[in-house]
Amino acid sequence: MATMTMIEAIRDALDVAMGRDDDVVVFGEDVGYFGGVFRCTQGLQAKYGKTRCFDTPINESGIVGTAIGMAAYGLRPCLEIQFADYVYPAYDQIVSEAARLRHRSNGDFTAPLTIRMPTGGGIFGGQTHSQSPEALFTHVAGLKTVVPSNPRDAKGLLLAAIEDDDPVIFLEPKRLYNGPFDGHHERAVTPWAGHPLAEVPAGYYSEPLGRAAIRRPGAAATVLAYGTMVHVALADVAARGIDAEVVDLRTLLPLDLDCIAASVRKTGRCVVVHEATLTSGFGAELAALVQEHCFFHLEAPVARVTGWDTPYPHAQEWDYFPGPARVGEALAAVLEI
Amino acid sequence: MAGETRLSLHVPEPEVRPGDTPDFSNVAIDRAGTIRRPEIDVVPEEIRDLAFSIIRVLNRDAEAVGPWSGLLDADELRDGLRHMMTLRAFDARMMLAQRQGKTSFYMQHLGEEAVACAFRKALAPGDMNFPTYRQAGLLIADDYPLVEMMNQIFSNERDPLKGRQLPIMYSSRAHGFFSISGNLATQFVQAVGWAMASAIKHDSKIAAAWIGDGSTAESDFHAGLVFASTYKAPVVLNIVNNQWAISTFQGIARGGAGTFAARGHGFAIPALRVDGNDYLAVHAVARWAVERARANLGPTLVEYVTYRAGAHSTSDDPTAYRPQTESDSWPLGDPVMRLKAHLIRIGAWSEERHAQAEAEIADTVVAAQREAERHGTLHAGGHPSPRDMFEGVYAEMPPHLRRQRQRAGY
Ligand SMILES: Cc1ncc(C[n+]2csc(CCOP(=O)(O)OP(=O)(O)O)c2C)c(N)n1
Ligand SMILES: [Mg+2]
Repeated sequence: MATMTMIEAIRDALDVAMGRDDDVVVFGEDVGYFGGVFRCTQGLQAKYGKTRCFDTPINESGIVGTAIGMAAYGLRPCLEIQFADYVYPAYDQIVSEAARLRHRSNGDFTAPLTIRMPTGGGIFGGQTHSQSPEALFTHVAGLKTVVPSNPRDAKGLLLAAIEDDDPVIFLEPKRLYNGPFDGHHERAVTPWAGHPLAEVPAGYYSEPLGRAAIRRPGAAATVLAYGTMVHVALADVAARGIDAEVVDLRTLLPLDLDCIAASVRKTGRCVVVHEATLTSGFGAELAALVQEHCFFHLEAPVARVTGWDTPYPHAQEWDYFPGPARVGEALAAVLEI
Repeated sequence: MAGETRLSLHVPEPEVRPGDTPDFSNVAIDRAGTIRRPEIDVVPEEIRDLAFSIIRVLNRDAEAVGPWSGLLDADELRDGLRHMMTLRAFDARMMLAQRQGKTSFYMQHLGEEAVACAFRKALAPGDMNFPTYRQAGLLIADDYPLVEMMNQIFSNERDPLKGRQLPIMYSSRAHGFFSISGNLATQFVQAVGWAMASAIKHDSKIAAAWIGDGSTAESDFHAGLVFASTYKAPVVLNIVNNQWAISTFQGIARGGAGTFAARGHGFAIPALRVDGNDYLAVHAVARWAVERARANLGPTLVEYVTYRAGAHSTSDDPTAYRPQTESDSWPLGDPVMRLKAHLIRIGAWSEERHAQAEAEIADTVVAAQREAERHGTLHAGGHPSPRDMFEGVYAEMPPHLRRQRQRAGY
């Protein structure tokens, strides 16, 4: 097994997918010759040719719209939106078209495409390079939404997403591209090297969509997290010596409700963490499900730790980002009740 | 079926890549002074050819020639030179400041200084630009304080945008500079709306829309053209073709069309193409388009042919996708050097005065930086309050946000 960064693991997944299946095509802004602004597609054009990996005009609606046409024809497009913050021009194509094509044509046409996009904050990217729009996709019937938290999952989940027969939104937490960021921005950057989940199997494997992973077993409380916040939660739980169970959801839709419910029934306390804004965020869905499925096991109200309901700021990044201090406070509060 | 054509996908490629010898022989360049200057009320069909030529004023001998020359006096030209030199010096200091960690991000204008600097001088007070991130020349040529720009770049306690926006995404209604979004092309169509409002209110103000070559691919660009065409909006639609969109060459956005200016034809919008590195030509064409808009004759599409000599941003390294020496072979030269040579040629400037101006400008920029840094830089000294992040989301803060602000401790 090789040690990989998240970028290398994603590139490896695309390479494997393209090598196994001629119908897999990869495209987006700057993804061809250059290999993407985060270099996730580097080398793919040289290897597979410019009709299987190419640069597109800057038109997100066009990128997704053409991908839907290709997917309906029978290809398996895996496209890149340069930043999740730039997906909105494509929202109509995703919501009104890709998500509903199967249903409205009764399976006559389908849209098996994967839309990759860097998401989340932590890089001083301001309001146009930091957003976490996952709830805008989980709210839409017909879409699947995946958020990996480490290189090994990124590769396996991306391969599963490409093979999936429905449209998949694949959100890549950009602050994790080069290391397992735990929210301690004041400390030196930790690289992926040495992290067990940076050990990535060679060749083909896939990680089924819809299965959460318990990153740290515990009995005192359950932390539900995904993407960057998994590492923030793990670091905080370790630092405070709290015996919390940290669940990495990995896929938001389909969601591993069995794993979530089993954990919360065991611990009786639950903290939900995400970077996205609070109101109508995915945390609201999680809190509602926990309430529905674990009500008689709950010892405390479900707590949410999230970004504030403001546009993602530039200078105040670390006041906005739900870092270790806020996760810890929420855990302490939930444990005290 | 015998003889049936097997299809293949056409994917455009630039002429050269790293390691190749730069080649701009495909860029057809008209001789300075040779392109006619139509009346502003010309019928668009009669000037379709102007979307395929390049209007130029400064010739190889640094003389101003032809029907587009003669609009600016020596004082105005020296002002223009000073603005471009200031923008260049400002960029150099801010690039350095970014490397020193005083800001997170910067985008420079190297090689494109003439476009926004000369355009600004064709506008009147009250007109509104809807700029991209590469038009700081609009502010500098309007004497917006450099310190204010730096306060924004450093996200310090005097940042007029309170630390909320990415560096260089300025906003100044007073200086006719609409708040920059960062999402490409969205504001191109908004400029058309601003211009429509001016017409609805029988005002005399006009708008200027700005977009890069790559971003013309966005749907909002085309939306801007159709609305401008339908309502004959008083707007100048500016495309800055600097040949590159990050790593993507202009052929990907242009597709099969000969030029970006030609995009106007399907909308019956008169379209001009101009040497973007020629301060005099940019200004003359801008004046023409602005006069047209103000005379209620409708929109004009202008393509400025220039070259992005620097990296896309401080996050980019262009050696990965284009020859390192490509910038030196760009046939339209350097806008600062060309205007300087012209001023010397007409006896209004000298090497000594240029050197002196360079030193003075450097001093001005350094002094502005010193002043801005007294109020902090991104990670040191005075900074906006986290409270500022909660303010201004709504005209009046709703209760849920007030609760969040209190929970955050502000
Ligand atoms: C909607 C949207 N998509 C993608 C981006 C990412 N992006 C930022 S600048 C850029 C290239 C723009 O090129 P061009 O329009 O030619 O302007 P230039 O940078 O050359 O001035 C891209 C793709 C963005 N900011 N917004
Ligand atoms: Mg460009």
